Amino acid sequence: MRLFVHEVRTEQRLFWRNREAAFFTFFLPIIFFLVFGSIYGDSTITKEHIRAAPFLEAGMIGYGVASTAFAGLAITMVIRRESGVLKRIRATPLPPATYLLAMLVSTFIVFLIESALIIAIGRLLFSVALPDRPFSLLIALAIGAVAFAAMGLGLTGYVRSAEGSSAVVNFVYLPMAIISGTFFTPKEYPSFLRAIADVLPLTYFTKLTRDVMVRHHHLWSETGSIAIVLVWGVVGLVAAIRGFRWQPREG
Amino acid sequence: MSAVSVQGLHKSYGDVTAVRGIDFTIEPGEVFGLLGPNGAGKTTTVEILEGYRKPDDGTVEVLGLDPQRAGSAWRERIGVMLQSSSLYPNLTVLESLRVFAGYYARPRDAEEVAILVGLEEKRDARVRTLSGGQQRRLDLGIALIGDPELIFLDEPTTGFDPGARRTAWETIRGLRALGKTILLTTHYLDEAEQLADRVAVLRDGVIVREGTPSELTGGAVETEIRYLRDGEPVVERTRDATRRLNELTSEALARGEELGELEVRRPTLEDVYLELTAE
Repeated sequence: MRLFVHEVRTEQRLFWRNREAAFFTFFLPIIFFLVFGSIYGDSTITKEHIRAAPFLEAGMIGYGVASTAFAGLAITMVIRRESGVLKRIRATPLPPATYLLAMLVSTFIVFLIESALIIAIGRLLFSVALPDRPFSLLIALAIGAVAFAAMGLGLTGYVRSAEGSSAVVNFVYLPMAIISGTFFTPKEYPSFLRAIADVLPLTYFTKLTRDVMVRHHHLWSETGSIAIVLVWGVVGLVAAIRGFRWQPREG
Repeated sequence: MSAVSVQGLHKSYGDVTAVRGIDFTIEPGEVFGLLGPNGAGKTTTVEILEGYRKPDDGTVEVLGLDPQRAGSAWRERIGVMLQSSSLYPNLTVLESLRVFAGYYARPRDAEEVAILVGLEEKRDARVRTLSGGQQRRLDLGIALIGDPELIFLDEPTTGFDPGARRTAWETIRGLRALGKTILLTTHYLDEAEQLADRVAVLRDGVIVREGTPSELTGGAVETEIRYLRDGEPVVERTRDATRRLNELTSEALARGEELGELEVRRPTLEDVYLELTAE
């Protein structure tokens, strides 16, 4: 427990110290929310019969899980692997499971702060009501963080170099964020894009946040979306177990 | 019980054999130097001892345990300095030491370790602003932070300026005085000569010579005598330097000449090493 707390603190310090990564994974969804909220927050999404601002707010939380738990974690872990930091940590008494759990919890903390800021901005600038199912939302965010973190770790096995990590991860996560409809509704997409969206995990996580935040559903009425997000999480976990390495590729 | 014992160690990567049957032991409190050119198998051997790699054949015991099965309690007792720097660029020197200190049950004091590796003036500097040599000193500090009894140093002073190397040598001698066991790999022969109680020279995955530095340099290799004759440099090698010098100086005196730039050189570990590792 002492080791776990120490490592979560360390990870928090490391995350906020690295300003480029903090901007990329933490602030970008917030900036997008500010920009797109200003542009079309007050218009109506016709297919959903709903004002755009709350819809975008829940979507940006979906974008946030992809940028913090998936992209941010994947890039951090590849850089640590290739720089030999993971290898060095492996030689210390810190148990691997404690380390990975601390990484996960630290990532979740970042994602929670980001979600809170998005909700606060929605309330203050775009007159979006506060979520009326905070407990369902919290559980939904936790499920998303765990599943996308597992996918992020799974992806690291396919990234060979620290230099390439941003490129590969962006190539995966930016199209996913757009196609999954975090900015718009996928219902307005052409059918071939909708077909892709239908298998992506972020589509279902975003549906989950919108169901809870915008449509006022209970979390337990959304078992289908939860199941698909979790299945993707398990796929990520299997890939992580097969491809995760403590040592640099060249070493 | 030996701190490290290696018997019949073999390791291949695909078709490439890195280590082909080596044996050695390191006693507690000893500084053991592993010397050899690139690709000789030094790092492979050290990484097997550290638990990173699994041997294909042979038995390895480190602090009485198989590194492949050893857990956190064993890791409390070892310190590892990898061949390349592995640090968090955005932390300061003291923060880095404290992060790693937090992983051990009984760590050394971070400020004390910063002084020990000569980084007291850089204690609040971010790691990314440090020079390569300073980063290596921090790597060394992190290897020592858990107060380990066995320390693996893989090319610890590569990239140091001469002053920093002297400081690092003093640090390592200080560790030896504290009774720590140290396995050191190095390219620098003077380093092995200065620090190691015993040296093993590794070539193509086998140990070609093992002994104390003076055992390695004694005996077989010849003494070198250099001087000028008629303005031309002459180099002679002899096993009987006393007699040969007597002859040379007598001749010169008889002719009323001087032996210009006379130099007599005992073989260094470097000479032995170059001879042993020559293709």
